[in-house]
Amino acid sequence: MCTLEKRGNLFILTLTGEDQHRFNPDLISSLLDLLSQVKAQATSGSVLITLAQGKFFSYGFDLDWAQAAGSERGAAKRLQDMADLFKPVIATLLSLPMPTIAAITGHAVAAGFTLALSHDYLIMRKDRGILWMPEVDIAVTLPDYINALFKEKIGDASVRRDLFLRGLKMKGDEAEKRGVVKAAYDGEAEVREASVCLAENLGKRKWHGEVYAEIRKGLYPQLSAILGLSHKVYAIARL
Amino acid sequence: MCTLEKRGNVFILTFTGEDQHRFNPNLIGSLLSLLSQVKAEATRGSALITQAQGKFFSNGFDLDWAQAAGSEQGAAERLHHMVALFKPVTAALLSLPMPTVAAITGHAAAAGFLLALSHDYLIMRKDRGVLYMSEVDIALTIPDYFNALFREKIGDASVRRDLLLRGLKMKGDEAEKRGVVEAAYGGEAEVREASVRLAENLGKRKWNGEVYAEIRKGLYPQLSAILGLTHKAYTIARL
Repeated sequence: MCTLEKRGNLFILTLTGEDQHRFNPDLISSLLDLLSQVKAQATSGSVLITLAQGKFFSYGFDLDWAQAAGSERGAAKRLQDMADLFKPVIATLLSLPMPTIAAITGHAVAAGFTLALSHDYLIMRKDRGILWMPEVDIAVTLPDYINALFKEKIGDASVRRDLFLRGLKMKGDEAEKRGVVKAAYDGEAEVREASVCLAENLGKRKWHGEVYAEIRKGLYPQLSAILGLSHKVYAIARL
Repeated sequence: MCTLEKRGNVFILTFTGEDQHRFNPNLIGSLLSLLSQVKAEATRGSALITQAQGKFFSNGFDLDWAQAAGSEQGAAERLHHMVALFKPVTAALLSLPMPTVAAITGHAAAAGFLLALSHDYLIMRKDRGVLYMSEVDIALTIPDYFNALFREKIGDASVRRDLLLRGLKMKGDEAEKRGVVEAAYGGEAEVREASVRLAENLGKRKWNGEVYAEIRKGLYPQLSAILGLTHKAYTIARL
């Protein structure tokens, strides 16, 4: 499932186990719960790293659980339910009062890629793992908040076209070159180290978390609107 | 004028003749009619290539026809009329249930550039031909759907500024480097071959055309709204 630990100022959220870390209502609920805890314990200098064990960051929604509904209509409803349940996870990450890093050491697919992209910084492996939006290949459309996230996080329209309309399986070096991830490294340990190093550097800036979150939301206004996030202005109290 | 042929799974729309392929109500009417035909005959694996004979892909609206109205007001009305008539062409391409490729072997200016940009992939010549938005030079403002298309298809704000505010005549190698086209090749035959290869490769993915079109519309939400396009969600029926 998922666990939360704290190392100094770093919050580390781990998707545990060697499985595909597929999002079903239980895992989504755990994620929301842990993110609430992170928010509650946030202080100036806090940073979140989200990582996963095994070959997968996450492979997206739990389609087996959807199919277990027993009918086409039941499966479609379960899938819609998961898409609705997942929206608050994205909303929470967008509002989290600290910098966030996704340490992608395995495949990040569909909702898994979406989770990664909801972080401020993405660090990925060069030698293994892909970013992939398979929706065009399995003939499903994307929820509005996922469209908005990709639109506002990835400025290059050709990249978005390749990911969504071409079902491109993007490896780390291409992802780094085309600006989808901040950096790509050769190996799991290197990715984790680089993520911790980045987190420590960001934490040293001792940003005011609430203001950081407001500025972040301002960067992604259409997504914020779709997620129903409110805004607050902070004026200079002290110079 | 324009013709439609089919080679295997690939539809080929051609602007025939050695003229500037300027859009007047007749040509726009023919284009719409042929695009309807393409849509009606679409199957899984279909793809569209739009191409032109001669030195021009298209030099935009037929300003001679506009001026033949005989008065300034008449000319302005005729131009306005063509802008309105052309909007459904853009809408039809945005909704077309298959991947689309523009094989640009000559100059694509104003509405001609717009037509090219309404395709999923642009392939261009390196050695001849320019992409050019002439409006700033001839003192015409840009229609809303033109602006939306450029904004959502070209992510780089400096490129948009250069094209629309500087009247830049962009050649193939710059267009490729700056991400306006997918690729540029050194010659007419090479562009046509590359377009066919790309169309065939995309066709091999055998995407569900209706879902493909929905995902495309989701990539360009502001343009879709201005074009009055409706949305439909597709969820997993079968896994």
